[in-house]
Amino acid sequence: MPSDTLNKEENILGVQEIVKRIGSTRADLIPVLQAITNQFGFISQTAMEELSQLMNLPTKEINSVATFYRMLSTQPRGRHVVQFCESAPCHVVGGREVFAALKQALALEPGQTSPDNKWTLLTTSCLGVCGIGPVMLIDTDMYGNVTPEQVKEILSRYE
Amino acid sequence: MAFYRSTVLVSVDPICVEKGAYELIDSLHDELIKQGLLDEVQVLETPRLGDPEKLGPDIVVYPEGTHYTNITYFDVPRLVEEHFIKGRILKQYAAKMTDTIDEELSAPRSKEIRVVLRNIGEIDPRNIDDYFAKDGYMALGKVLTEMSPEDVIQEILDAKLRGRGGAGFPAGLKWKFARQAEGNVKYIICNADEGDPGAFMNRRVLEGDPHSVLEGMCIAAYAIGAQQGYVYCRAEYPIAVSTMNLAIKQARSMGLVGKNILGTNFNFDLEIRMGAGAFVCGEETALMASIEGGRGEPRARPPFPANKGLWGKPTNINNVETYANVPQIILKGSEWFSSMGTEKSKGTKTFALAGDVKNTGLIEVPFGITLREIIFDVGGGIKGDKKFKAVQTGGPMGGCLPESLLDLPVDYETLGQAGSIMGSGGMIVMDEGTCMVDIARFFMEFTQDESCGKCVPCRVGTHRLLEILEKICAGEGEEGDIEELEELSDQIRKNSLCGLGQGAPNPVVSTLKHFMDEYKAHIYEKRCPAKVCRALIKYEILDGLCTGCTVCARNCPVGAITGERKQTHVIDQDICIKCGICHQVCQFDAIDII
Repeated sequence: MPSDTLNKEENILGVQEIVKRIGSTRADLIPVLQAITNQFGFISQTAMEELSQLMNLPTKEINSVATFYRMLSTQPRGRHVVQFCESAPCHVVGGREVFAALKQALALEPGQTSPDNKWTLLTTSCLGVCGIGPVMLIDTDMYGNVTPEQVKEILSRYE
Repeated sequence: MAFYRSTVLVSVDPICVEKGAYELIDSLHDELIKQGLLDEVQVLETPRLGDPEKLGPDIVVYPEGTHYTNITYFDVPRLVEEHFIKGRILKQYAAKMTDTIDEELSAPRSKEIRVVLRNIGEIDPRNIDDYFAKDGYMALGKVLTEMSPEDVIQEILDAKLRGRGGAGFPAGLKWKFARQAEGNVKYIICNADEGDPGAFMNRRVLEGDPHSVLEGMCIAAYAIGAQQGYVYCRAEYPIAVSTMNLAIKQARSMGLVGKNILGTNFNFDLEIRMGAGAFVCGEETALMASIEGGRGEPRARPPFPANKGLWGKPTNINNVETYANVPQIILKGSEWFSSMGTEKSKGTKTFALAGDVKNTGLIEVPFGITLREIIFDVGGGIKGDKKFKAVQTGGPMGGCLPESLLDLPVDYETLGQAGSIMGSGGMIVMDEGTCMVDIARFFMEFTQDESCGKCVPCRVGTHRLLEILEKICAGEGEEGDIEELEELSDQIRKNSLCGLGQGAPNPVVSTLKHFMDEYKAHIYEKRCPAKVCRALIKYEILDGLCTGCTVCARNCPVGAITGERKQTHVIDQDICIKCGICHQVCQFDAIDII
């Protein structure tokens, strides 16, 4: 869900539903935060305050966990998240050129979100599919053996 | 397991799916039903066979191992008739022998011994019956009916199985400590947080033979007296997580996991916990903090997890490969296992071979094999006509070893003494075109980024190391830099809290030790011998070779090249940004890097 339409009430209801489904013990915190990131694109201040109530944890504690892990986001993300693998095995098989083409096509630097909220560009840790590098991930779709020429066409598949 | 005379693997790579892989599967099923062969020929999905762009959709038919490429549902009736009824290979679609079938895992090469990888690609990981057919869960049965927990621990001790996660601590000893620790509640954890870039051995085991890991965990649980287990798998491995989840479900429905396992009074259940993208969570104390729902930060040891682990309870934690070895040790005996390897390192080890080597991918070799045998015999040597320069073992906290150390036998002690580590099994081969200072900088960038920030030597020290290396690569190295790198590395190594910080300086220390000349060339001569560091190289057009074709001038993004047609061109060094495009486009090799 794009962040610009994030409705406070929906956000709270969503968080309540997720906690009900996963659980409210301390060990459930990371799966809950992951589910919130997946559903809303990021963990908003509203979501953290609601979680604080439901899980009986201080907001700052939740924030400290949410900011520790790469896959959890406290910043709004675009409708599509593009993650590029910058690890050594992809780097040595032409990843550098693909990443340059990707940054140019999106006009974004890693960590940035486009003004129209369509794209967020991130780098990811090794996805372990080094046999088909360079590799990138758009939402949950994985693309291997990517060349700089293919980047625009791949991006055009997303609305 | 039903007996099939043939198995068809269909690649369901996203590109193959787009090209009609599922239509192909449907029509295969239809045709097999039509011909009455459904009981004889099994159709399975597999992640990827050959290059899907060129070869997809493609299938492999076993036991022959015939690889049919660019095949669609139109071809199915003919294929079924020729291959499965008449027993003739359809040459028209059969791939040439040179096409790779599984890019990650080929058929075993000479000098390989497959213990952990033995079932991968041979059984359907999503069907527990296939695992049964390979003696699956026989070891668990033997343990529960014939052996006491102490017997099991003794067997693992006798086998001299050491932790495959990197540190190489004897697994039997760990189990013994956890068994002896006081308390009724104990835990078993499988570390499947395989974070080293380029290392994917554990992913293939989880995806290809999940029950071997499950069975190993059940046996360990019986040995230490645990009733609950966790598999901590990184979220970057969604297929591994779903395969493992299904394996647990199937094992539970068969009474191999849960209450009163195999009719005994042994209870053990387990669940999967997913990481959320933090490299440091591969460290055992950080991993447990993450399962507990906190920041994945390591803590000082002792107390070790065997005494005070998850939620303060005695916990045994091993990695995927360690557990996968266990059932076979129980079945074939410690003597069989310890007959492979060196005096202190027994059994086999999986490696992910990457970089400038001809055969990349997964291999499994006995300990004691030399690095030279791995790179040149199993790996097929260096790509192209280039010369070997260095091999980096052990992932980002490993060291780079030169040609002169290639005849070392691979085991935990020898690699450690040579300035590297066994690590989890990443192995990156580098040819003469690699700059070792740049490589040290690259790995330091990684560890600096992944440092959790809890302790100062690692947080500040790695950052400072990176700054100095960046300065040297940028041509601004100065007198005293080498000494400062050495001093800092020593401090970080001695004073960091966990393995990440203690190992972080390894790439720097090992390159300083074995490739000091390159550091000196960068600092004192302002020269990068491998011609990699941009600030230290210059592109020049060679007078005798340039034909004045103007291609370089037309492709230069900053207009730094001038010259008349049919006249030798010139690069203006003040404008040149050293992007290297002219070097790539010149057809006469007239552009030299100096």
